[in-house]
Amino acid sequence: MALRFVKSAALAAAMTLGLAAGAVAAEGEIHIPDTKYSFDGPFGTYDRGELQRGFQIYKDVCAACHSMNLLSYRNLQDIGLSADEVTAVAAGVQIPDGPNDNGEMFERPGRPSDRFRHPFANTAAARAANNGALPPDLSVITKARVGGADYIHALLTGYEEPPAGMTVMEGMHYNKYFPGHQIAMAPPLSQEGQVTYADGTKATVDQMARDVSAFLTWAAEPELETRRAMGVRVLIFLAILGGLAYAVKRKTWANVH
Amino acid sequence: MASGLHQSEFKNPVVRWIDQRLPVFTMMDKEYGTFPTPRNFNYLWNFGALAMINLLIMIATGIFLAMNYTAHTSLAFDSVERIMRDVNYGWLIRYVHMNGASMFFIVVLVHIWRNMYYGSYKTPRELLWMIGVVIFLLMMATAFMGYVLPWGQMSFWGATVITNLFSAIPLVGNSIVTLLWGGFSVDNPTLNRFFSLHYLLPFVIAGVVFLHVATLHITGSNNPLGIEPKGPQDTLPFHPYYTTKDSVGIVVYMMVFAVLVFFMPNYLGHPDNYIPANPLSTPAHIVPEWYFLPFYAILRAVPNKLMGVLAMFGSILVLFVLPWLDGSPVRSMRFRPIARWLFLLWTVNFFVLMWAGGKPAEGVYVLIARLSTAYYFAYFLVLLPLLGKIEKPLALPESIAQPVLRGGGPLPGAATAQPMEKA
Repeated sequence: MALRFVKSAALAAAMTLGLAAGAVAAEGEIHIPDTKYSFDGPFGTYDRGELQRGFQIYKDVCAACHSMNLLSYRNLQDIGLSADEVTAVAAGVQIPDGPNDNGEMFERPGRPSDRFRHPFANTAAARAANNGALPPDLSVITKARVGGADYIHALLTGYEEPPAGMTVMEGMHYNKYFPGHQIAMAPPLSQEGQVTYADGTKATVDQMARDVSAFLTWAAEPELETRRAMGVRVLIFLAILGGLAYAVKRKTWANVH
Repeated sequence: MASGLHQSEFKNPVVRWIDQRLPVFTMMDKEYGTFPTPRNFNYLWNFGALAMINLLIMIATGIFLAMNYTAHTSLAFDSVERIMRDVNYGWLIRYVHMNGASMFFIVVLVHIWRNMYYGSYKTPRELLWMIGVVIFLLMMATAFMGYVLPWGQMSFWGATVITNLFSAIPLVGNSIVTLLWGGFSVDNPTLNRFFSLHYLLPFVIAGVVFLHVATLHITGSNNPLGIEPKGPQDTLPFHPYYTTKDSVGIVVYMMVFAVLVFFMPNYLGHPDNYIPANPLSTPAHIVPEWYFLPFYAILRAVPNKLMGVLAMFGSILVLFVLPWLDGSPVRSMRFRPIARWLFLLWTVNFFVLMWAGGKPAEGVYVLIARLSTAYYFAYFLVLLPLLGKIEKPLALPESIAQPVLRGGGPLPGAATAQPMEKA
């Protein structure tokens, strides 16, 4: 009897979880193709080479319009850059600072402690430069979209000619995977070899889209590897503790049953 | 014994000295040590202890989150992400707190379900049950306000939708909404007062939980047979029997919790809440957290706004009078051949409501939600009162220790229990 109720309770919990997921999944009717990543599944980890290539795409392509307010250059040590490399990357941008002793704003080379440089002075400037559309901040973008990295990859490779009979508004672009199919962002990754990878990887559009999606996943969930590793240890600990607790319970109840 | 001092049984001189003046040790021993507890609990009786532990986890993690959270519309979202990135183990504390809310509702819903299945709300435990419903309402208010704090899109729009419900109240509705908002829209004053109340309410819950437990210890626990213990042979001391049995449940609960926190921390959340709140952009579908979906479905099932709000609140408030709606003197559904099936159907129906609440309010979903809402209320308001009159319950066992039905077979689960020597 007891077991039956444990089962029914577990079933109820599983149904609850399943339904909640269903509620989320029902949002998009567009099917987003599954992309294989090293961080897929419960025990996946990041591929540092992929993250570094992804950062290169962000730096050379995305950063022209998209901010990443929640990341600092120092965070790049997480993806395998040395302290010196991080300092060099940071020094490569000009960061607005001030006011100085004369009350004037000025620009200075970036430091590892700086947040990623903003491409625009403010949101109005960002809209003005982008046909009225505001490029979203990419810090947690994979957590903020159904499908996560798969969606980003699909979106970046989903540009094509609009189907016959569909007119795309001026300044908009047809994209298979964007809700409503009309996106203000021009195809950012349009040709093979757009970026030359430092590690010699062939820069196909698919490769670049995959790498930057992986980088954005890391940016959204930098704790992912620590979290999963700790989870494994916690579950092993709890499994042993559970076995002991059950043995103690059995022993205690032996004279009652 | 010195005059005016409590007569303490404890040998340790320090413990004894304190206990004579403030008998907390005697009280703890009476309520959690030797407390006579029915011997036939199944694992569903773990869930009260689990809820207590969950409340403590929420308060502990919440206090540390509050040390790093900033309740301002322009800083709240980033301050939560800063906790995730730059606070030592901040991601762990935040994910435990976030998923802890879901775990709390899972645990408490099972706890409530168990009380409904075994008729624990019936006399003499009506007040115990009603205090429990108060806790459930307080939990919902706390969870709702907590979900607003990260100031994402669903925080903002969920707050807008739910607070707007009060505008359905005739005459004073709009004034109440203005009061809740602290202005004329959901904005910084709203966030500030929600943060303040979100910090306050868990301690109110802890106080009401104390009353809940105090009430429980007057009547004693119900049990799967739904019959009162008739003597010492029917009970066991709480410790070590139920402390060890609860420990098993606690570890299993921790494992489910750990899977959520470490491997699928955002599974129960909505991606839109990682988009900072934007009053100028409404999400395509505003969906509350999963634990509100059944009630959200009831709200939307009724075409009239005021009636919908009344139905939604009524779906919880009806629980207050459940002890008087259920006319059957038999507690446990094990001995109620008709009510048992109707209640299991009610349970399935609850999940249907949950599913319908997550769907857009259009087409066939509305019809399903309406039928489900009708059954939800019919069970309480029509079927239970009626069954009290017409249902013929099965024969109840003589006692917990001798659960052999007259003319029937042995009772599953408890059948092997031997009558205990008189303790």
